[in-house]
Amino acid sequence: MTGSADSGEEIKVPIPVKVVVAGGYAVGKTTFVGSISEITPLTTEAAMTTVSDGVDDAGLASQSKTSTTVAMDFGRITLGRSDLILYLFGTPGQERFHFMWDELVRGAIGAVVLVDTGRLGDCFAAVDYFEARELPFVVAVNCFNGAVLHPLEAVREALNISAEIPMFHTDARVRGATRDALLALVQHALVRSRG
Amino acid sequence: MNDDRRSDLHDPGIEELGERSFRVRPYALTGGRTRSNLDLPLETLVLCNARGRMVIEQVSMEQRQILVMADNPISLAEIAAYLDVVIGATRVLVGDLVAAGFLDARTGGSTEQPDIKLLERVLDGLRSL
Repeated sequence: MTGSADSGEEIKVPIPVKVVVAGGYAVGKTTFVGSISEITPLTTEAAMTTVSDGVDDAGLASQSKTSTTVAMDFGRITLGRSDLILYLFGTPGQERFHFMWDELVRGAIGAVVLVDTGRLGDCFAAVDYFEARELPFVVAVNCFNGAVLHPLEAVREALNISAEIPMFHTDARVRGATRDALLALVQHALVRSRG
Repeated sequence: MNDDRRSDLHDPGIEELGERSFRVRPYALTGGRTRSNLDLPLETLVLCNARGRMVIEQVSMEQRQILVMADNPISLAEIAAYLDVVIGATRVLVGDLVAAGFLDARTGGSTEQPDIKLLERVLDGLRSL
């Protein structure tokens, strides 16, 4: 059924909700999104113009503008009786695009921080960012190809994550694991909003 | 379904001014006002309504593409991705169509207080997957 019925009654627009998926480069954000998205993950871009000071050919001070685009992968899942659509947005790779992170977290339920134990440092910035903004988040340690499961306590200590933040293993390729990660986040957000 | 939408978009009638910009042709019905100031979040959902369907042959090519895409609920981010246009420019186009009353729009709500009922609905929805 599309659009509206012939009687002229309009179908209501569903409510959109949003979760941010953060983590270092190539940690598996797009895989995570793709494992549960009802559409193949899409990429959207935001334009950013930077102005830099320099010197022109005549040796005079001048400014030059550079246009860059910031890309984000995202997916969607329709929930309930099609009255809710959940969007999952991956954060842009470079941490310097903080203006984009502000837009991504605005109105979000919270974030899933994906961790690669081989590159823990990659997610420090994400954890700091969400803590500073008091955005609910959970930490999902991505394990693939039968890698040895690192003890979560060691990861928690290394990232300096407080005890009440849910942390668990996940496999970004597996739909059920991704769903469980999202469930953990929403439950955490509920606990925080009631508390 | 979404692949079908994509294949409709490569129309020689789109006037490209550059790699990431194109001309927005004001449609007659809004008396020349072509820029809206709606600060629509990325996940804003839009749906073409009856008024939108009535003007679909009279609006510009880009606006028609959006109205067609919005035959089912679709987000600002998806529209930008399918049109291959940056978010900012897409936001203006979609905002204009919303302001003109051709698209119904829904955003997620305020960030100030988490909506507990909404979170519970999300929880139930995820559990049912």
